[in-house]
Amino acid sequence: MPAPTPDFDTLTVGDIVAERTVDLSRDSLVRYAGASGDFNPIHYRDDIATSVGLPGVIAHGMLTMGLAVQPVVDWAGDPGRVEDYQVRFTRPVVVDPTEGATVTISAKVGQLDAEARVARIDLTTTFGGDTVLGKAQVRVRLA
Amino acid sequence: MNPELQGREFPPARPYLVGREKIREFATAVFATSPINFDVEAARAAGHRDLVAPPTFPVVVQEATLAQLLAEPDAGIDFSRVVHGDQRFTFTRPVVAGDELTATLRVTSVKSLGPHSMVTAESTIVDADGAHVVTATSTLVVRGDE
Repeated sequence: MPAPTPDFDTLTVGDIVAERTVDLSRDSLVRYAGASGDFNPIHYRDDIATSVGLPGVIAHGMLTMGLAVQPVVDWAGDPGRVEDYQVRFTRPVVVDPTEGATVTISAKVGQLDAEARVARIDLTTTFGGDTVLGKAQVRVRLA
Repeated sequence: MNPELQGREFPPARPYLVGREKIREFATAVFATSPINFDVEAARAAGHRDLVAPPTFPVVVQEATLAQLLAEPDAGIDFSRVVHGDQRFTFTRPVVAGDELTATLRVTSVKSLGPHSMVTAESTIVDADGAHVVTATSTLVVRGDE
């Protein structure tokens, strides 16, 4: 069963509502390529990635965006409660062929709109100590 | 990049029929765990008609419209130099399995930033009744010679 939807009135700006660590492997990138239809070879071929100046194969920005919102979806109890989601792609996530890459997500209440009962949840998504998504904001409609 | 692209609206892309298995496949790929993405009974119990797609799923529908933009003969966009700058999804309602979605792209802004160009394109996605479901907005950065 999905988690019950959080009560808007119990939230305070600054509350951390969810945290998660995701281990990406090259397999994750191949799976996302197939599921999304984004077959840009910089996401599976090191030779092509390095030829365009990247340190190696990188994760699809849209994969990082897609997984970073999941802790918020689980907290909200329903993916249908997300009414707006935006990010800026600031740094690539380089996925090592053997070690993979670990992405860490922390979701915090950034703003509360009492009239609409909408919480703006701000995401901090890091890889190797650096933030990889800027202005990552999820607007969630609550009960 | 051609500055005259600003304001251009493209013909609607071919309708996209959202399937249950596609939602499950996409949800797995983005590490989703909500039963509402996978289990029809759980989705219905939460008041949805069918499985609900993850919030970033509309990118799959938007993709055809971005392909139109990149293929536009007078756009002057070299795909190998394109970097995704930012992305946004603004929903009127969530995408559910069974939706037949049609996306229409409009270029809202073209800017130059030194040797680079930035193009912002908005894909408006409607259902079979023509009702708005979600707008997907992308800013693409086209790197120039430094």
